[in-house]
Amino acid sequence: MRNPIAERIADFLKHYPPFTSLTYHELVAISEQVKVLYLEKNQILFKIGDPTHDSFYVVASGAIGLSVISDAEETLIDKCDEGDILGLRPFFAKNNYLMTAKSREDSIIYAIPIEVFKPYVTGNSSVLSFLLESFASNTRNPYDKDHRGKLISENVIFNEQTATDIQYFQPIKYTKKPITASPNDIVKHVAQTMASRQIGSVIIQENQMPIGIVTDNDLSSKIATGLFPINVTVDKIMTVPVVTVPEDISIAEAQMMMLKHNVPYLCVTRDGTEKSTISGIISEHHVVAAQANNPGVLLKQIKRAERSKDLKIVRDKLTDLIQNSIDRNIPISHITNVASEITIAITKRAITLAIEKEGTPPPVRFAWFNLGSQGRKEQLLLTDVNNSLIFEDVPAEQYDQVKKYFLRLAERVLETFEKIGYEKSEQGLNANNELWCKSLTDWIKQYNTWINTPGEKGIHRSSIFFDYSFIYGDPFLEKALTEDIFSKAANNQLFYAFLATDAIKKPAPLGFFRQFLVEQDEEHKDTFDIKNRAITPLVDAARVLAISKGIKGITNTYQRFKKLADLEPQNADLYLECAEAFHILHWFRTEDGLKTDSNGSYLNIEELTKVDKVKLKNCFQPINDIQDLIKNRFQLTYFT
Amino acid sequence: MLDWLKGKGDPTFWKVYLDNFEKEITNTPTRYVIFDCERTGLDWKKDTILSIGCIGITNDQIEINDFFEIFIENKNDKRQNEAVEKLFKSHSNEAVSETEAMIQFLGHIKNATLVGHSTNLDIEMINQALKRMNLGKIKNNILDINVMYQRFKNLPEDEHHTLEELCDLFKIRKSHRHTASNDAYITALLFLKLKKKLKMK
Repeated sequence: MRNPIAERIADFLKHYPPFTSLTYHELVAISEQVKVLYLEKNQILFKIGDPTHDSFYVVASGAIGLSVISDAEETLIDKCDEGDILGLRPFFAKNNYLMTAKSREDSIIYAIPIEVFKPYVTGNSSVLSFLLESFASNTRNPYDKDHRGKLISENVIFNEQTATDIQYFQPIKYTKKPITASPNDIVKHVAQTMASRQIGSVIIQENQMPIGIVTDNDLSSKIATGLFPINVTVDKIMTVPVVTVPEDISIAEAQMMMLKHNVPYLCVTRDGTEKSTISGIISEHHVVAAQANNPGVLLKQIKRAERSKDLKIVRDKLTDLIQNSIDRNIPISHITNVASEITIAITKRAITLAIEKEGTPPPVRFAWFNLGSQGRKEQLLLTDVNNSLIFEDVPAEQYDQVKKYFLRLAERVLETFEKIGYEKSEQGLNANNELWCKSLTDWIKQYNTWINTPGEKGIHRSSIFFDYSFIYGDPFLEKALTEDIFSKAANNQLFYAFLATDAIKKPAPLGFFRQFLVEQDEEHKDTFDIKNRAITPLVDAARVLAISKGIKGITNTYQRFKKLADLEPQNADLYLECAEAFHILHWFRTEDGLKTDSNGSYLNIEELTKVDKVKLKNCFQPINDIQDLIKNRFQLTYFT
Repeated sequence: MLDWLKGKGDPTFWKVYLDNFEKEITNTPTRYVIFDCERTGLDWKKDTILSIGCIGITNDQIEINDFFEIFIENKNDKRQNEAVEKLFKSHSNEAVSETEAMIQFLGHIKNATLVGHSTNLDIEMINQALKRMNLGKIKNNILDINVMYQRFKNLPEDEHHTLEELCDLFKIRKSHRHTASNDAYITALLFLKLKKKLKMK
C-alpha cells in the first residue's frame, strides 16, 4: 500500500540537511516510521537529565527553544525553527540530555526513530559527517551559516553550567589574512598602516613565517619615548618571539595563552609553530567578542564593521539579545534603550562606510536624522526605516552638485540598511528621496508649510517628521531647525488642531461589550491590529501634547508622557498610565513580532491567555481618556 | 469462504472483529484511528463510500506506519462528478469491492476509538455497507472533532465548522489534494491539538 502521508513528510524533509543527501525513496522509507507530535506552547519535549529518547526530532512547524539551567535560572541558548533538527544526543552518547527543549509556541514535531535512521547514517558518509560536524562543532549548520536547516546537537561541555561556558570551548573567530610587514620596513610606514586600518598590531614576516610582532605598546614604549627614531627599520623595535598558536584554538585556550605569555596578540599559523605559514591573528578583542553578545561588545563590533554583512551580523545578534531579554522579563524600557543605542551606532557606521566608499568627504556640513520609530528610539523589530538629511546652505550655483552628493550618499546608506534586513519605507520617506534631502533653508520652509498650512493630508504624512533624532553630522544644523520649528509652532492652534485630529482618528479599540475590535479584511481576519489600533494612537497623542508644551529633544513616546506628567501635575496620573500602557503594548508587539518573525502588527487574540487579554484590555482605557483630553484641549469639535 | 452469505452464522472476520471488544486489557494505551471517507454524495441511503483513509494515534503520537487507505469500486452509480471521476481513475486498478473493503477496514481498526470530522454520515454509510453484508453495526467508540471543538469553545450544537475552517483556526497547513488519507492526517493533527486543549486523558 502506498502511504501518501509518508510521502508528504518526505516532501518536507527533502528540503533540509542532512536529508538532502538521501534519495526520495529512502526518505519515504524513513517517513513511514515517523511519529508526529504536537506540543502546546511551553510544553517540554525533553529535560536536562532525562534519559535519552529513542528518537531524534525535526521541527515541522512552530519553534522549540533549547535552554540550559544555570544557578536555577533558565537560559535560552538556541531556537529551532522549521526544518531544524534537535535531540541528536542519543546518536553519539548514552548518557542523559544536557539541555531542555521546550516549545516556544504551538509546534508540530516529527520524531524519527534512531534505529530507523542509523543505517542511513552509517551508509551515507555525507549524512554522517553532517551529524558529526554539527555535534562536534556545536554550530547549527556546518553547510550553510545563513540559517537554512540548522542543526542542534547537545554536545555542550559545561562545568559550572553557565551559558557563557558553552561558547567558551568553541573555536575562536579571528582575523584571517592579517596585515604583515617585512623586517626592513620603516617604522613610520608601519605605524601609518596601523592607524589607517585601525589595528593594534602588525606581524613581521619573513617567507610567510612570523619572526616578530609590532604592537601599539612597542610604538609607545620605544618610539614615542625617543628610544628609537621614527625612521628605523621595524625589526629594531619588534617584540620577539611572537607567540604562535594552531588554527583551531578555542576561546578558552586563546585566553590562557594570552595570560600565560602576557601578550595582547597571538599569531595563528598553519601548524601552530613559528616555523609555518601565518594564517591569522587573534587579539584580546576577539576573545571578548566571542564570549558574549553583550551590548558593549556589539557596539564595539559595529565600530569595526567593514561591510554591510558585518552590520547584519550585529543586528541579528541584537535580535537574539532582545529575545533573551524578553524571555528574562527585563523591563522593556531597558531593552529599548540598549536597542536604540545599537541602532544608532549601526546607522552611524553605515554612514561612515558610505562616506568612505564615496571617496571624497562631504562638500559641506550636514546632519542625518532618523525619523519615525527609529527617531523615537523605540524600534525593536526589524521594521521599516525613515530618515532625512539636511545640509548647510550653499550658493545657488553649487546647490545641485551638493545635493547630488548627498543623495548618492543616502542611497548607499539605504542599500546597507536593506542588506541588514530593514524593510523599505513604503512611502519613500528616506533621505535618498530628493524631497527629503535638502538644505537647511529648504527644510525650514518645508516645516513652515506643514505648520502654517496644515492640509489634513499633509499632516498625516508629515507627522513622522516631528519625531526626529539627530544621528550623524553637525549638531548645529539640528539645533537651528529645532529652534525654528518650535518658535513657529508655539501657540499655533490650527497646527495643533490638525495634529490632534490625527491623534484621535482611531478610537480606543474596545467594542460596546468590552470585546476586542478585530480586523475584518481577509488577510488579517480576526486578528487584533495592535500597531494601528493601540500603539499609534498613543504615539500620536504623545507627539501633539509634547509639541504643544514645547518639549524639545524628547521624541520617545514613553519619555514624552513622563515629561508631560512632570509639567502637568493635574493630569499626571493619566500620563503615567499612558506611559505604562505604551510599554505593555510595545512588549506584546515585540514578543509577537519575534515569535512570528514579522513586524508584530497583528495579534492573534485566540492565542492569548486570559491574563494577557486582561492586561491588553487594561491598556485601552488610558487611550480612551487621553483622546478625550486631546479633544477638549484642542477644541476639536470644530474640526471633526 | 462465502459460507456466511448462505446463512451459516457470522463470517470469521466479523467474529474476530467482535472478539476485539471482548478482552478488556486496561494496561495498553488507547489506540485512536482517525479516518476520513470520500463518498459519491451526501445521501446516506443512495450514496456509497469511494475511499477510506486512516491514520493511527497512540500515546499522543501520530504513527505514520499505522496507516490504511482503500479505494472501492463504484459500478452502480452514474452520478459521479468530475472530481470523483478523476480521483477514482487514478486508483481504479487498486479498487476493491465494497465487501472486501469493509473486511480490510474492520481488520485494520480493530477496537480502536474512531475519530473523524462530522462522523455521523460516514459512520451511517459504513453501517449501511455492513447491512448489505447482513452484519450488525460498527462497535467502536466514536469521537467527532467538530463536537470536540464545540465543547472547547462552548458553542451551540448546531454550529458546524468545515475541516478547512478548523485548519485556519488552529493554523494547520491544508493540503491541496483532497484525498481521504490527506484529510485523515489533517484531522489527526486537529485531534491532537483539541485533545490537549480539552485535557482529555
